[in-house]
Amino acid sequence: MTIRVASIPSPRYLGAVLALAAGALAACGSREPATAADDPVARGKYLVTAALCNDCHTPMKLGPNGPERDEAHLLAGHPQGVVVPPPPAAQGPWNVSTTDTMTAWSGPWGVSFTANLTPDPETGLGTWDAQTFIDTIRNARHMGKGRPLLPPMPAELIATLTDDDLRAMFAYLRSIPPVRNRVPDPIAPSIAAATP
Amino acid sequence: MTPRASALVLASGLVASGPACAPTAGADHADVAPLPVRLADTGLHAAGAVDVLAPGVRPFSPQYPLWTDGATKRRWIYLPPGAAIDATDPDAWVFPVGTRLWKEFAFDRPVETRMIERVADGSWRFAAYLWDGDGADAVLVPGGAAVDVGGGPPHEVPAVGDCRLCHDGPTPVLGFAALQLSPDRDPAAPHAEPVPAGAVDLPALAASGQLVGLPPAYLVTPPRIAARSPTERAALGYLHGNCGGCHDDRGALAELGLDLRHALDEPGGATDPALRTTLGRSGRAPLPGDPDAARVRIAPGAPDASVLLARVRSRDPQHQMPPLGTRRTDAAAVALLARWITELD
Ligand code: HEC
Ligand code: HEC
Ligand code: HEC
Repeated sequence: MTIRVASIPSPRYLGAVLALAAGALAACGSREPATAADDPVARGKYLVTAALCNDCHTPMKLGPNGPERDEAHLLAGHPQGVVVPPPPAAQGPWNVSTTDTMTAWSGPWGVSFTANLTPDPETGLGTWDAQTFIDTIRNARHMGKGRPLLPPMPAELIATLTDDDLRAMFAYLRSIPPVRNRVPDPIAPSIAAATP
Repeated sequence: MTPRASALVLASGLVASGPACAPTAGADHADVAPLPVRLADTGLHAAGAVDVLAPGVRPFSPQYPLWTDGATKRRWIYLPPGAAIDATDPDAWVFPVGTRLWKEFAFDRPVETRMIERVADGSWRFAAYLWDGDGADAVLVPGGAAVDVGGGPPHEVPAVGDCRLCHDGPTPVLGFAALQLSPDRDPAAPHAEPVPAGAVDLPALAASGQLVGLPPAYLVTPPRIAARSPTERAALGYLHGNCGGCHDDRGALAELGLDLRHALDEPGGATDPALRTTLGRSGRAPLPGDPDAARVRIAPGAPDASVLLARVRSRDPQHQMPPLGTRRTDAAAVALLARWITELD
């Protein structure tokens, strides 16, 4: 049984978000880092939500009222049990496609699968520290120093956040339930295309 | 094929920003002059003579060089007169402000020269200079470049932001260090280079007074990897030189629990961290191309089941190790590592 979170935030929550948003704007305008008084986890949740990480990293599933985010797999990336067939051939400008989970993406780079951002040590970010996360976003490389991250992960846009913001996002990601979900390796373009 | 000036393919960084953006390269360091736009102005060569080193610039040659697709390399160091390296931590030397190191990459002709400099505020800055086709001078390419070196994948000059992916950790200087400069050089090191005339090694450096604090034992018995066979010595040396910059228990990737950097006080043998963290040890990364296979970093006696070797052999960007700076497999290293892993049985 999964517990679904209402998609419309309660007025109280909204109030908190607005207060935080005001804080963020003030911090930006004055170019000062977020104050230590902020609760990093709450701030991180606000940032992760507003920066749309769930859009790609929380799979969509079909619920009673149509497609909805699978909250049991909150930020757990492409579900390992969902094996995708080869992508359709690109036609003209229709160059990029995604699955109904919104977690597998095909394009000129091949096929990429959104990563497991939960604190599971084996399959998620459990062994990372905040610096690994910051380096990953800033350098757009796996673990900050490894292979380049593939589209559509918008690392260069997320990199416009300050280190404090990224640290808060990571604090939130540490606080969510770990989900054991081994996301498949990306598939190179030649292999993706060669499969019938 | 002869590499020509016309064969230069300049990558977006240079085209987009051009040498005009060079002053911003020094902008991180408010009180420091911007990086010179030309190599000729970095202090490597005597004025107007690319064949003559400037006074105080000395060549050196690490015994375990980095593989860069077969490029031949020359390296030099300049230490400000009267200043000395502090080697109290023998594995993380502290260099004086004003230290400069250069490394030239050649494929038949010089292609690029890189520089690392410790500036007045104590930080390090990085630069790469791309040679023109006739070897007259080289210009700063902050955004990197790709150079046709006669067929096959191009040689990639890293963007300055990528230098720190490798030059990171307890000290950003990787090849000018005790084990690398030991006079007890490993004859089986892959791509071992002849020591250039006038090169500075550990004893020469100590004698010059520009190295202080080094535990004297390392001058009596020069650093050497205490391995159980010549093959193992060369294999561990290769991993130290090529991988230890990232895979280091004192570096940013310590959480991987993979330590390929050889610290000087290692007793050697089976307790060496490079063995302890690999032999029979499961990692997180899959065997390239076989995600269902066991994820053993080094399976003694079974090179084909060893993730480490498969990643050294691979040049698939998803799997290759190191993850940047090379497009061609180091066949000599693969052969050496395979021999070593077989021998481990
Ligand atoms: C448009 C879809 C999309 C959005 C939006 C998105 N991501 Fe990603 N992300 C991806 C994909 C796809 C990958 C896997 C890329 C790869 O395998 O190279 C990824 C990978 C990552 C990784 C790398 C994990 C690893 O193991 O290397 C991190 C960290 C990450 N995303 C964090 C975030 C955060 C934080 C946000 C929100 C601020 C976010 N992503 C928003 C698609 C997205
Ligand atoms: C793939 C990892 C890697 C990258 C990327 C890299 N280097 Fe290095 N570099 C090394 C290693 C390892 C050594 C020491 C071994 C050798 O010289 O063969 C070294 C040596 C050097 C040296 C000689 C001093 C020393 O540290 O030993 C200079 C100068 C240098 N690099 C500059 C640069 C600059 C500038 C960049 C970026 C434009 C860069 N390097 C990018 C790995 C790297
Ligand atoms: C620029 C930094 C860098 C260099 C240099 C580098 N690696 Fe890596 N390596 C990484 C990163 C980041 C990872 C973790 C992500 C991955 O598996 O790709 C990694 C992972 C690995 C793994 C898998 C670890 C596990 O989970 O079991 C092995 C094995 C490995 N590297 C071997 C090597 C070898 C051998 C070399 C030298 C030939 C080397 N690496 C050089 C960055 C580097």
